[in-house]
Amino acid sequence: MPSIMLRHRDDGKLLFYVAKKDLEETVESLEFDSPEKWGGEVVLGDGSRYYFEPMEPPKIPITLRAKRL
Amino acid sequence: MSALSKEETEALIQEVLEVYPEKAQKDRAKHLAVNDQSLEKSNKCITSNRKSLPGVMTIRGCAYAGSKGVVWGPIKDMIHISHGPVGCGQYSRAGRRNYYVGTTGVNTFGTMNFTSDFQEKDIVFGGDKKLAKLIDEIEDLFPLNKGISIQSECPIGLIGDDIEAVAKQKNKEHEKPVVPVRCEGFRGVSQSLGHHIANDAIRDWILPNRDNDNSFEGTPYDVAVIGDYNIGGDAWASRTLLEEMGLRVVAQWSGDGTVAEMENTPKVKLNLIHCYRSMNYIARHMEEKYEIPWIEYNFFGPTKIAESLRKIASHFDDKIKAGAEKVIKRYEAEYNAVIAKFRPRLEGKRVMLYVGGLRPRHVIGAYEDLGMEVVGTGYEFAHNDDYDRTIKEMGNATLLYDDVTGYEFEEFVKKVKPDLIGSGIKEKYIFQKMGVPFRQMHSWDYSGPYHGYDGFAIFARDMDMTLNNPCWNNIKAPWKQDAAEDVAVAAGA
Repeated sequence: MPSIMLRHRDDGKLLFYVAKKDLEETVESLEFDSPEKWGGEVVLGDGSRYYFEPMEPPKIPITLRAKRL
Repeated sequence: MSALSKEETEALIQEVLEVYPEKAQKDRAKHLAVNDQSLEKSNKCITSNRKSLPGVMTIRGCAYAGSKGVVWGPIKDMIHISHGPVGCGQYSRAGRRNYYVGTTGVNTFGTMNFTSDFQEKDIVFGGDKKLAKLIDEIEDLFPLNKGISIQSECPIGLIGDDIEAVAKQKNKEHEKPVVPVRCEGFRGVSQSLGHHIANDAIRDWILPNRDNDNSFEGTPYDVAVIGDYNIGGDAWASRTLLEEMGLRVVAQWSGDGTVAEMENTPKVKLNLIHCYRSMNYIARHMEEKYEIPWIEYNFFGPTKIAESLRKIASHFDDKIKAGAEKVIKRYEAEYNAVIAKFRPRLEGKRVMLYVGGLRPRHVIGAYEDLGMEVVGTGYEFAHNDDYDRTIKEMGNATLLYDDVTGYEFEEFVKKVKPDLIGSGIKEKYIFQKMGVPFRQMHSWDYSGPYHGYDGFAIFARDMDMTLNNPCWNNIKAPWKQDAAEDVAVAAGA
């Protein structure tokens, strides 16, 4: 369960950063992204996939735990 | 020699790798690459931030170097104890030329070396008592210090001293920040982890100190300069530009910086990151906790400066935007004169770089402004996010080398035949003896500043001074010169 730092890029896309792995990728798709529910499966620019526990939309930037799929 | 094609560069890498045993060859091959601008991500072509291969001559440093030497060391009004044996602190003392204003030994301590000078008995019985005594002595002798940081050297981690307990107790006693930093040299693969550890220590022990203190009067134009270590006065040359465009620089991290500045940084509106590698961690933390956005900028060479000034201004109102244009306009004649003077002398010259942190990509723009071309670059301790940023700056089919070994670097230079090399002091004399002009780019070869418009003039002069120095014609011993040259010399005399 790596800690992931999420922040918005200048162009509005989400940036997914894992300090321990030097992974800095854009989020290509997010399973749930509505005002009620946020999270689920994320697909990154390099094709790798992670999973956030669905939750209320968080205030970004934020550090969250994710599961590697 | 004209530029190498992609195939030739690949062949060159293969040729250099040839001498290694098979296993080493496989490992090193991952760290050498030919630049391809079409790649979005560097992990497709280069591996970085891995343990150096045993037996090769690496040019890297250690975690202690990253923490004490780079991040903490320049904070001028703190005393940084090199906790452990005497050598680590003494041999790195004042080597980085982080300039500062103040009276050394009274209210600033940048060039001094404080150490607990571990002896055998401290290793056997533990050094915590000695550390406590040392901190009390510092308080007696240097009462104007604003805080103390304890920079661990290798033995501290090995013998398991509890420096955190000492720090907490002394913090209470003296009512000053006493920061334990667990930056033992054996941690991590290079100085890079030391930066991270140092950033985390600042995050935990310094940044929150004024969280509930609103006495600091902010303005909408407050910024912090982060990751500028004031080498030869760099941060000052940057700061004047920012102030001229109407911004207020609240803090300098950490060149010529103070504890108070750092504690006030959470009150700024924008963090400006120069050295991304060593301080992005704290910027990311501040973005999350204090909602301060951060941007990277580059103050090497007029093209990049203008780009960066506009980028910084775009985060503020029209007053600052106009200010940025005014600054660019004001220095236009000055930097054009520099280019007009030096470009004809440097045009078309080829440069190879091998440095750390930000320079392998940041200075490319400055060289290009002088008509020079960077044909190879590499980092000592970069991570992949640095190479992501480098690929776009470098030309196609140029060389990239990560954690290059002494042997590889020499061979590359012999084959690529650059006109100038920019690297560190350990490489300097090897290449000078090979007859290649060399600049020590870690601390600007005892010159500087190189940041900002003022710095660019010095940069251009230094490059010219090195490259066009007549001494390079006298490298060959007289009896080895061929007859044609003899005639020329005789005619000249």
